[in-house]
Amino acid sequence: MSQSDHTYFDELITNATAQLAGDEVLLANVTGEHTDFIRLNNNGVRQAGTVVQRRLSVDLIEGKRHVGGAFQLTGDRSLDDARLTTLLSQLREQRRLVADDPYLLFNTSPNTTERIEAGSIPEPDAALADIRAAGNGRDLVGIYAAGDTYSGFANSLGQRNWFQSATFNLDWCFYLQADKAAKNLYAGFDWDEEAFARKIDWSNRQLAALEREPIDLSPGEYRTYLAPRAMEELVGLMSGYGAFGQRAHATRQTPLLRMIADDATLSPLITISENTAGGVAPNFQSAGFIRPDNVPLIVDGKYSNTLVSPRSAQEYGIPTNGASDYEYPESLSIAPGEVATATVSEALDTGLFVGNLWYTNFSDRTACRTTGMTRFATFWVEDGEIVAPVNVLRFDDTAYSLLGERLEGLTDETEVLLDTSTYVERSTMSSQLPGALVGAMRFVL
Amino acid sequence: MTDLLIESKPLEDLLRESLPTDVDYASARLVDERSEHLSVRQNKLEPIFNEFDTGVMISIWNGGGLGYAATADLSTSGLATAVDQARHWARVTAGAMVTTTPPSDHATGSYASPVEVSWDTLPLDDRLELLQQQSRLLGIDDRIVDWRAALTRRDVDQLLVTSGGGRIEQRFRFVYPHLRATANEGTNTQIRTFGANAFCGQGGVELLGRFGFGDAASQIAEQALELLTAPNCPTDTMDLLLAPDQMVLQIHESIGHPLELDRILGDERNYAGTSFVTPEMFGSFQYGSDLLNVTFDPTVPGQLASYGFDDDGTPATRQHLIENGILVRGLGGDVSQARSGLPGVANSRASGWNRPPIDRMANLNLEAGESSVEELIASIENGVYLHTNNSWSIDDSRNKFQFSCEFGQRVENGEITGTVRNPSYRGISRTFWRNLKGVADADSLTVMGTPNCGKGELNQMVGTGHASPACLFVDVEVFGGEE
Repeated sequence: MSQSDHTYFDELITNATAQLAGDEVLLANVTGEHTDFIRLNNNGVRQAGTVVQRRLSVDLIEGKRHVGGAFQLTGDRSLDDARLTTLLSQLREQRRLVADDPYLLFNTSPNTTERIEAGSIPEPDAALADIRAAGNGRDLVGIYAAGDTYSGFANSLGQRNWFQSATFNLDWCFYLQADKAAKNLYAGFDWDEEAFARKIDWSNRQLAALEREPIDLSPGEYRTYLAPRAMEELVGLMSGYGAFGQRAHATRQTPLLRMIADDATLSPLITISENTAGGVAPNFQSAGFIRPDNVPLIVDGKYSNTLVSPRSAQEYGIPTNGASDYEYPESLSIAPGEVATATVSEALDTGLFVGNLWYTNFSDRTACRTTGMTRFATFWVEDGEIVAPVNVLRFDDTAYSLLGERLEGLTDETEVLLDTSTYVERSTMSSQLPGALVGAMRFVL
Repeated sequence: MTDLLIESKPLEDLLRESLPTDVDYASARLVDERSEHLSVRQNKLEPIFNEFDTGVMISIWNGGGLGYAATADLSTSGLATAVDQARHWARVTAGAMVTTTPPSDHATGSYASPVEVSWDTLPLDDRLELLQQQSRLLGIDDRIVDWRAALTRRDVDQLLVTSGGGRIEQRFRFVYPHLRATANEGTNTQIRTFGANAFCGQGGVELLGRFGFGDAASQIAEQALELLTAPNCPTDTMDLLLAPDQMVLQIHESIGHPLELDRILGDERNYAGTSFVTPEMFGSFQYGSDLLNVTFDPTVPGQLASYGFDDDGTPATRQHLIENGILVRGLGGDVSQARSGLPGVANSRASGWNRPPIDRMANLNLEAGESSVEELIASIENGVYLHTNNSWSIDDSRNKFQFSCEFGQRVENGEITGTVRNPSYRGISRTFWRNLKGVADADSLTVMGTPNCGKGELNQMVGTGHASPACLFVDVEVFGGEE
């Protein structure tokens, strides 16, 4: 099915290119999916269904003037050809009203690429049966999503890029009571019964730890271990608000403002990069630029590079590195450290083991001071042993503390964390993160 | 690309004919969206973007199973494929569902957003010039390092037909104006916006005037500059007066989400979270002081989430959720009400054709009180008056929250004595509303909304409406940013 979508997109844009007038240039992007979704609660099904969608987005350029538009492809070639022709006519009309865009930049050196990741995904009936069997006797709640996703770029200059994969993603919890749950994720290209069983076993063991009587901790500072999923929430917030984006840096809106305006640094243990080669996102962006395999963002705690979209490249007179218009990382990686992952509880000794953070936001954005909640499995540990689950706590602390002066170490192993987001369409973002041992983290409520 | 599909009789016939008659319940929900995004940043027009998003969701309940299928292929064969997929899912899930009760309504009716002044009277070049004017009013000082004026219009036509003869046609016309000014000096950056996207609603050109769009730019720019030299918000337990454009967020996060029945039923526990509200609380729980009256009201003309019917086809009416401080009703549609046995409202909503309906807020409004804002300020000995949310965080049971605002004013001995920057406050929903000590009158009541409420698996983003006057709370933990 996906190969036919590839050909369909190629032919659609080839046909549209033949209709262009004069010096017009057409940039086109398509994102699509054929996904089966199963939503679960109490180990039963709440909703289940299939979504097939293919969004075509185009930018019609003449000189430095351009206008964009998008619509859903129907899969009927003659209908979609006609709709694209109509849209292009409409864009031409609007283009007459706009001035030159000083920040327009698109790739004019065609660079055609293709990456296709085949997968072995069970039929949805079988997947549902496997999941419910694993959740038998448990309060399983979550979402299963599986099927093809793809992204394509084409322009009238002859460039073609295609990225598609067949993946599954089971994002679930075993709930014990109230807000106490073992959260887990099983995602990949090939469904493996044994790998799934190991995930279930891990969840069952964590659930057993949660059965102890939970305790309340008073606000204060606690020695803390942040597991990779908790780190994902923390750095995800910074990334989403321009921590690494050129526009946010140039306009002084970045949460890392103190690093560029006041020589602040993170811990020398922190090295962050946009690791496209190690991620699952396309290596091309909407104006046709190919992303480098790796862009160092923070090196040894010091600011290194920003993610530069084509528009920012024009605006600020620097080269683009293939970032999206939003200039946030899609394959963020933090280099591992030296804390032995297998014995991290011993390294923590006495303190909080935080499996997940939740709902982070800024309490002072330009100081990179963030707040958020512990969630799911958070434990109080003494002498390297779990004592009890901890009821939810609110933290309020700065990145310069958590990833700076109070960072004692990072684990020697990293986890690849696939983004489970399905807003509008299934995400292809991911991150690769270690856990972090923090000497003292400030909790306030 | 401008033909209104909702007016196509052949398509409507095709949708109806595609629905199987040998099942317990079937529906086809056509959604046809057209939107225009205009933005001027630093007096330069950014690329205009036009979006067309059209598709159908087929839903089938049969034999205790439920299946849906979403497709943009509106041909006979495309709809037939979707029906087969939905049927298949209904077969697969039969016997495994957490609920087997389909929506009960097969209503007929229609709804249309009230439009007083058509956008046809303000052509594209005039709309662009309007934004250029606002942009020039924002960029008034070298310390304003970034600024933007934007306007999004979104037309959404929906047609729901059901196997029981139901037919609901709804035409929404949404408007989202936006202004933003960013001021900087050294390590101090202050951002002031036009309501942080809260000034959005349904209607035509008249909405811009109703929200004061034309007067806001200068004020925003001046306040962003004022914040650069303002002192940090003090740290203390004090009185807290919240302007309507912060009350939007306070209502949304600490009343709206906790009252969603699907949270209480556990559907959201893997993602958006659960609720501190439990079923036995309805009818007796003292949610807030007796000044607290909150309604679910999809009938407010021009509010962002007004509608005639929810996406399961249930007629929507005004209902009290909290009356004189007592919790009386939850936010759950037909299906959630049947599952929980709790009273609810018509709020089963989907973000688009490709997402199934779930329990959502619609218009959730805090009813006006009797005090003027001036009287509330005069009653404050030691407090702050906060405007426009810029940060929100709350736990997964919707209890422990911490919110921040763009702009704060210090109130001492009954008077506003100055501006403060980086103001924040925190509290616990379960008890916070009991400290509500003043609700401003109808002169302060402002009808707003928020366009980006995220929830659900699969994830969905919808707009919700909130109207509120300014409200006064006592004994709140207030604090500022880093020194």
